[in-house]
Amino acid sequence: MNTPARLRAWLFTGAVLALAACDGPQSALLPRAEQAEAIDRVWRVMLWTCTALYIVVLLALAYAMLRRRADRRREGIASDPLLRKTLAAWVVVIVAFLTAFVALSYAEDRRIRGGEPDLEVRITAKQWWWQVEYLDADPSRQFTTANELHLPRDRTARIELRAGDVIHSYWVPALGGKEDLIPGRTNAVWVTPRENGTWRGQCAEFCGLQHAHMALDVFVHDVGFFERWRDTQLYPARLPETATARRGKAVFEQHACATCHTVRGTTAGGRLGPDLTHFASRRHLAAGLLPVESPHLLAWIEDPQRLKPGAQMPAVPLAPQDLLAVNEYLLGLR
Amino acid sequence: MTRYDDAARRRHLAELERVWADPPGLRGWLTTVDHKRVARRYIVTALVFFVLAGVLALAMRTQLAVPENTVLGPDLYNQVFSMHGSVMMFLFAVPVMEAVAIYMVPLMVGARNIAFPRLNAFSYWVYLFGGLLIFAAFALNIGPEAGWTGYTPLSGPDFSPGKRTDFWAQMITFTEVAALAVAVELVATIMIMRAPGMTLARMPLFVWSMLVTSLMVIFAMPAVMLSSTFLITDRLIGTQFYNPAEGGDHLLWQHLFWFFGHPEVYIIFMPALGMISAIVETYCRRPVFGYTPMVLALVATGFLSFGLWVHHMFATGLPPMGNSFYTAASMLIAVPSGIQVFCWIATIATGKPRLEVPLLFVLGFFALFVLGGMTGVMVASVPLDLQVHDTYFVVAHFHYVLIGGAVFPLFGALYMWFPKIAGRLLDDRLGRWQFWLLFIGFNVTFFPMHYLGLIGMPRRVYTYPTGLGWDTWNLLSSAGAYLVALGALLFVVNVARALRRPADAPDDPWGGPDLSWATSSPPPAYEFAHVHEVRTRTPLWAGPDGEPQLELPVLHGLRTDRREALLTTPIDAVPECRWAMPDPSIWPLLAALSLTVAFVWSIFDPWGVVWGSIPVGVALIVWFWPKKSEPSLQATE
Amino acid sequence: MNRVEVKAGDLSRHRDYAFGPTTPGWWGVIGFILIEATAFVLAIGAYYYLLANEARWPPRGVPPPLLWGTVFMLIGLASELPNAWIKKRAQALDLRAVQFGLGVMTVLGIAMLVVRALEFGSLNVHWTSHAYGSIVWALLVLHTFHTLTDVADSVVLWVFTLVHTVDGRKFSDVADNAFYWHFIVWSWVVLYVVVYWTPRWL
Ligand code: HEA
Ligand code: HEA
Ligand code: HEC
Ligand code: CUA
Ligand SMILES: [Cu+2]
Repeated sequence: MNTPARLRAWLFTGAVLALAACDGPQSALLPRAEQAEAIDRVWRVMLWTCTALYIVVLLALAYAMLRRRADRRREGIASDPLLRKTLAAWVVVIVAFLTAFVALSYAEDRRIRGGEPDLEVRITAKQWWWQVEYLDADPSRQFTTANELHLPRDRTARIELRAGDVIHSYWVPALGGKEDLIPGRTNAVWVTPRENGTWRGQCAEFCGLQHAHMALDVFVHDVGFFERWRDTQLYPARLPETATARRGKAVFEQHACATCHTVRGTTAGGRLGPDLTHFASRRHLAAGLLPVESPHLLAWIEDPQRLKPGAQMPAVPLAPQDLLAVNEYLLGLR
Repeated sequence: MTRYDDAARRRHLAELERVWADPPGLRGWLTTVDHKRVARRYIVTALVFFVLAGVLALAMRTQLAVPENTVLGPDLYNQVFSMHGSVMMFLFAVPVMEAVAIYMVPLMVGARNIAFPRLNAFSYWVYLFGGLLIFAAFALNIGPEAGWTGYTPLSGPDFSPGKRTDFWAQMITFTEVAALAVAVELVATIMIMRAPGMTLARMPLFVWSMLVTSLMVIFAMPAVMLSSTFLITDRLIGTQFYNPAEGGDHLLWQHLFWFFGHPEVYIIFMPALGMISAIVETYCRRPVFGYTPMVLALVATGFLSFGLWVHHMFATGLPPMGNSFYTAASMLIAVPSGIQVFCWIATIATGKPRLEVPLLFVLGFFALFVLGGMTGVMVASVPLDLQVHDTYFVVAHFHYVLIGGAVFPLFGALYMWFPKIAGRLLDDRLGRWQFWLLFIGFNVTFFPMHYLGLIGMPRRVYTYPTGLGWDTWNLLSSAGAYLVALGALLFVVNVARALRRPADAPDDPWGGPDLSWATSSPPPAYEFAHVHEVRTRTPLWAGPDGEPQLELPVLHGLRTDRREALLTTPIDAVPECRWAMPDPSIWPLLAALSLTVAFVWSIFDPWGVVWGSIPVGVALIVWFWPKKSEPSLQATE
Repeated sequence: MNRVEVKAGDLSRHRDYAFGPTTPGWWGVIGFILIEATAFVLAIGAYYYLLANEARWPPRGVPPPLLWGTVFMLIGLASELPNAWIKKRAQALDLRAVQFGLGVMTVLGIAMLVVRALEFGSLNVHWTSHAYGSIVWALLVLHTFHTLTDVADSVVLWVFTLVHTVDGRKFSDVADNAFYWHFIVWSWVVLYVVVYWTPRWL
């Protein structure tokens, strides 16, 4: 019986070491918002108490297997009063721990919901990208972007969650728990980030072919920086500066692109695909698929199906020059 | 008490032999209603499905071994994981447990056959055809694609065009019919076919666990029947159950599915609890400590499991107050589980454990299931679940409880019962190798998944980018999966080798406590020469130390010129009447075939339900039309 | 180890048929009733679940017309008299009574199926038009399916008692069939209240 005990000891140390090395932009073990911290407290308490209980059970089992039996006759008997009392005590212990867990969950659950929001954002999930709308009482201060969420530090944002087609789930582990986006329903999460930085979120509810490629970049800034970002986003698209880019704009407006994408300040007003007004200011293309860089974008426009099979954007046949032009135009939309 | 002489006994056995024999050859194979033959088929078929679904798991793990892998594309991967989950749950885990019960329960309660033997045969055929159907569909690229949970709208008419989801939903209908039939058989067998004197309080714990399981099947399966029927009608004839634009609701699917789905996982787990009790009792030579608390724990788990389903839906935005209630209810399950764990450990401590392979598997169960149970309690906490829901943490949780909690005890039970089932002993050394390969491989595969989930890996993704810290752990996990497969392969080898030896297992190789060990291995078609009378909880033991009981009281007087069994009263098992049991019949097979035609037809044309039900009706009427061997010979008008 | 079996009694004097909870048939019927009752309860649950999402129920404001559903219920309740009587007579092994009773039950059952057909015809909603229509149809179809099976069972039993010798086991089947009919009748009373009176009382 030595081997399993050693193995478990090994697994346990392994677990502890692993927990110490928990970086990565999508880790729930690095809470960076009030809500995530609340959950993290629950996690720590439960991890350690459950580990302790687990060890107790295994020790008891080891004792049961290994204890020396006085002689060939069995000593304990079915109605052993000591065993019965121990069983009762064990039940009391379990109930006590469970009560503590329930109370803790309840208390922390209150903290992750609600709060006076300083900012309202609406996310609508679609196969397989995120539409992000910044809401404002003043309609002229509203705008739409995609696949990126920018938030001010130490401010509470209320994020309204809706779905355009199937069920998806919003999840940015560093900032808090997940919440589903369900057609026909409206949900919400609250986020109060505590640290500047960049994190990654990902759709967590299976939503079809490209569920694996439905990421969301999240940026937390100082309030001042956030306001500046917001103001730039409010501007309509930049006018193309080079001849190629101007040609790209024309191609974009005249081809199918414009029927699906909006570029504010141009005639392109489609609503099936992501808003591209400030596309080049984004870090990633097609919901975290690839960085926004020339070769990737070219490949995407040429044939989205090769990069993201099943994506709801068709390959639009374009002459090579047109393709390059559109590429340059889009990369200028900062 | 008188002993009766040898010649009379031989005559008696020869007559039983003749009356209970199946017709020879293929005809016997197709018409048999012997619960043992049916159960053996059931077990083998379920294990084949296990290997197939396991191979699909290997395919998934191969795809996920490295980031941006392209072994399986998104479409294939989605079908593969949906098949893996659906097959493991519907075609392996639930049926295999029922199959073992079909074999063991009648023996343990000392009956001559299972109640409703023809229904039992029917159930097997329906199950087999349902399984073949879904694999045929998968081979033709019309496999399921929306996970084993089949959430709408992804599985609905708009997002799952084609026939993929229809085949999946019909496969569920098949397995439901089969499982419900077995559940009713087991309840009836347990309630009225127990040996005289085996009061409820003297039933082996495995029998108790199957009684509770069967009741759970009866109350849980209708929910998925209903939800999948709604889904099929939404898809085929335009009902609006899951269409929010017309007053439908996607959460209706989730509520109905999980009202079934949660009990489902305990339906898998509960028989395993009974197996553990049987193993612990047998190999520690000690009646399980705390019989009454054990029974109450089983019943409590059964009851509670119907009040927990919402813990699968914490992220859907239901009212927080309600969620907290389900947190408390879910955690409450730890109480009966803890009680059982305690009682087994106490049994081991006060008994004389012999570390045979089955007990080894039970020790593995403790190490794995308790861990999985702990993570279960963690995910029952709403805030914590909001982080780990739909991540690999949950995948780790449920493989720990499913494999650690159900598959390990199953292997243990198969090692223990193999002689009773196949008349041979399995090899001990191979068994130990299998155990350690499975145990180590399992932990290597699934322990890292906890961590993967915590550092952000969602489930059901066909690939992942590098740079998120997931690569090493996924590779490790994939490597472990091959170790598990090797372990499973050893079992196949062990069984194959055993079957090549002559059937030489003794009646009672382990010195077991219950009636199943009182007959030969494997038992004759009529099970027992005479009806046993039971006077204690462990009829084959003379005392609490497991000393063998050498004189077994039996009751004579059942007729031997037809298949007669004894029925007893439900609670006290007082003999009530003699009952003629059915002869072999082809009609269960024909009824199952016609039902299959009707179901498949309905996938392509709703009218198939109507036209297809006509042959089904005919088959059922012929089936139930009384045969001349069965009527009561008294009271004929 | 050699075990010996020691005779401790004799069973040959026991009957070879029985009624009620010591027969497989009874447990089969109970099992079936539990399964179906669960399905009904869940379907009713779905009905109220969908209802809770709507401002108006039924969405077009017009409840289903009462006539045929009520007639169905009344015939059903009336059939409980002969039904209970058959059960008693079957237990008394009274063949003539059982033959007659099953004939009556067959006629009543078929009458109810006809009424049910009229009921479907007069429903003022189609299953495709709204989740309301879908669930109402589902409840009715579910119940009809069970009525149909039991009527078919009655017919087969009736024919059987006319053409075949009838033994204790068959009388027991007749009693179980009568038992199942209680479920058909009383489950409809519940469904009737749900389908016809929920929209009126709301
Ligand atoms: C055999 C199957 C099985 C078993 C036994 C369990 C047991 C438990 N499960 Fe698990 N579960 C599944 C199979 C199973 N589960 C599956 C398949 C899924 C995923 C479905 C899907 O989405 O595809 C799932 C998912 C699942 C979820 C949803 C997670 C999510 O999707 O986000 C939750 C949440 O509450 C949960 C909870 C529990 C709990 C509380 C137990 C408890 O019963 C555990 C109780 C046992 C113990 C706790 C250990 C022994 C007790 C002691 C030693 C006493 C001391 C302990 C304490 C004081 C804590 N399970
Ligand atoms: C009892 C149920 C059960 C069992 C036993 C298993 C066993 C395994 N599961 Fe399973 N799994 C589920 C039930 C189960 N699973 C469910 C319900 C899901 C959720 C599905 C969903 O999301 O819808 C799931 C999901 C799931 C995932 C997540 C997929 C995803 O979310 O994308 C993964 C990933 O690694 C996985 C892996 C494995 C592995 C490696 C095994 C291994 O233990 C398998 C071991 C391998 C074998 C058993 C093969 C044996 C091979 C041989 C013997 C070869 C010899 C061959 C011949 C002789 C011909 N499973
Ligand atoms: C049928 C609708 C449709 C057409 C036509 C279309 N797109 Fe798209 N486009 C989409 C959708 C949907 C997405 C989101 C895909 C995803 O991420 O899964 C998208 C994504 C994009 C993206 C990435 C956006 C981001 O924020 O990551 C770019 C850039 C883009 N399209 C450019 C174009 C160009 C250029 C054309 C024309 C040549 C075009 N699209 C034509 C629907 C369309
Ligand atoms: Cu969107 Cu998964
Ligand atoms: Cu559950």
